[in-house]
Amino acid sequence: MGMDMNKDELIALYRQMLLIRIFEDKSAEMYAKAKIGGFLHLYNGQEAIAVGALSALRPDDDLVTHYRDHGYALARGLNANAVMAELFGREGGTTGGRGGSMHLADVDKHFWGGYAIVGGHLPLAVGLAYANVHHKTDRIVMCVMGDGSTNIGTFHAALNWAQLWKLPVIFLVENNMYAMGTAINVHSAVIEIYKKASAHDMYAERVDGKDVLAVHEVVCRLAERARGGEGPALLEAVTYRYRGHSMADSDVQRSKSEIAEQKMRDPIPTFAENVLLKRNLLTQADMDRIQKEIEAEVEAAVQFADASPEPALNTLYENIYAHPVANMQSGGSLIGPATLYSGNGKHG
Amino acid sequence: MAEITYREALKRALREELAHDPDVVVWGEDIVAYGGGGAYGVTAGLSKEFPGRIRDTPIAEEAIVGVGIGAAMGGCRPVVELMTINFALVAWDQIVNHAAKQHHMFNGKIKVPMVMRSPAGFGRTAATHSQNFDAWLSSIPGLKVVEPATPYDAKGLLKSAIRDDDPVFFIEHLQLYGTRGEVPDEEYFIPLGVSERKREGKHLTVVTWGRMLVETMKAAKTLSDEGVELDVIDLRTLRPMDLSLAIESVKKTNHAIVVEEGWRSIGLGAEIVASLQEQAFNYLDAPIARVAGLEVPMPYAKNLERATLPFADDVVMAVRAMLANKY
Ligand SMILES: Cc1ncc(C[n+]2csc(CCOP(=O)(O)OP(=O)(O)O)c2C)c(N)n1
Ligand SMILES: [Mg+2]
Repeated sequence: MGMDMNKDELIALYRQMLLIRIFEDKSAEMYAKAKIGGFLHLYNGQEAIAVGALSALRPDDDLVTHYRDHGYALARGLNANAVMAELFGREGGTTGGRGGSMHLADVDKHFWGGYAIVGGHLPLAVGLAYANVHHKTDRIVMCVMGDGSTNIGTFHAALNWAQLWKLPVIFLVENNMYAMGTAINVHSAVIEIYKKASAHDMYAERVDGKDVLAVHEVVCRLAERARGGEGPALLEAVTYRYRGHSMADSDVQRSKSEIAEQKMRDPIPTFAENVLLKRNLLTQADMDRIQKEIEAEVEAAVQFADASPEPALNTLYENIYAHPVANMQSGGSLIGPATLYSGNGKHG
Repeated sequence: MAEITYREALKRALREELAHDPDVVVWGEDIVAYGGGGAYGVTAGLSKEFPGRIRDTPIAEEAIVGVGIGAAMGGCRPVVELMTINFALVAWDQIVNHAAKQHHMFNGKIKVPMVMRSPAGFGRTAATHSQNFDAWLSSIPGLKVVEPATPYDAKGLLKSAIRDDDPVFFIEHLQLYGTRGEVPDEEYFIPLGVSERKREGKHLTVVTWGRMLVETMKAAKTLSDEGVELDVIDLRTLRPMDLSLAIESVKKTNHAIVVEEGWRSIGLGAEIVASLQEQAFNYLDAPIARVAGLEVPMPYAKNLERATLPFADDVVMAVRAMLANKY
């Protein structure tokens, strides 16, 4: 996709952002009903980044994200049914209920997963980029993280390595100004995150993360650079999350007025008004229809997830190893010795 | 004497030690602002009582532990919090190659009086966020490892850990934070390296610690109704490990089960079984059994998660199986 988007492409951006928003609100509701457990990190307010960024990439470009990954999954075209089923921990989920909210993935769609150890996935992205170069493809890698992830060792190790080997990675930092409850000026000496790239002589930009077209435009340029062999880049997208860090967060640390002020410029209606309505690409009636369609899509996802069975207990030992070998455990007991794999696991 | 939570007991220990020694500082991620103080609320409110001494840090566990080591070398007594034990892996080099090595490698000239507090536990948080590293952490010479199971022990052990001149890894547990127990208002200390009998019984010895002590005590109640009395030994400190009570107990009951939450093979249970058979083989009427977690990366799905973890029922089943033909 290029920088000049046609009507359908622009409407698609809107639909995707709205899908994410409605999906996230529904997820919160399902969490409150205990259909979803564990950590649930919602993307409300940040939708323009995933949608703007992925619309600027090719579908075969590789994607690696942090745990706040629902928006990326949906923008990459993963089926809402499968995503919701994963949040429910069901067989029909994106990873059969193994990973849950923080570990959505679809390798066929070059989405290599959401990762929940802060900074853990950054070197993986560099390695994927190396593999692309090694195999002489022109695919690039997008690696997404939060502002709080730019202080850990792997951030600096990954940036240096990617720059040193001129690997095609875009490090996308979603600066929502907080790492859990810790404000950026408390966790980072450098609050304009893009400047951190200069320590590694890496090209960097900062973009308004609430402006989907601005994100799209800059990622188009950075992708072209990376694909053309000019090396990695860091993009800081300034944004704000509307909800707490996760559903477990009481969010007492952020002031009500700060949150209210941030919501005044909401990426979705802003785009609808400034672009879609202004350019007469959609009418208010069209927008109401789209809203209803998406609500129905998300409702269907909940139905699908609810109907999907729990994973079978006898699958517990599946996929722990890619290659079975002799004496590997194939079943277990909490009170006695494990069952062992009886095959020979010969190679070749 | 008041009933308080494990969480509150830990906070009281921190408060008393902060008040006692100006060199005590408390650092960690989200321990000040988030939710009023701490991902799990242990430090809630403390930053107001001790301005400047409780600080939020960047997310950089390698530095949280490493800077803590340096500060400890320089005469502070840092208590660093690692939000969950899973994130301690980021600091593994600092824990193993630095904290645990300094005193010996520098011939006793350097001390690292630092406590690393961190909870194990689970809660539908999937493979990277639901792990138990009791065995792994306890395998390192130079590191002391403590894991309290009750509010009383939590307070007394944390105070001793902070006053200890060695690096102490203090393992807490998400599932224990809300549990209640009696804790005296007066100051007290529980020495590191000393196990405790938590229940007296004559039929079978259970050696355990942490969350599995709570499960074992529930199992003991069920079994008592069936006429089986467990002798329950709580290790409390995992390194150095005090097996004296356990050995004495086995000599009395002639039966033993080690109950742990972590993965079974190469687990702490394996170590305990080996030591018990070395020192009490002739007293055993049956091979020592182990109750332990299934060796799979933790799945997110509710039913699968439940299936991998040991609870009271599993202890009951293991005891019944061992004593099947006895009573
Ligand atoms: C190594 C590590 N330490 C701590 C955590 C706990 N944790 C999860 S998310 C998070 C905050 C991350 O903030 P940021 O990178 O800004 O991303 P955001 O959640 O704002 O999108 C923390 C501290 C973790 N998952 N991994
Ligand atoms: Mg953030």
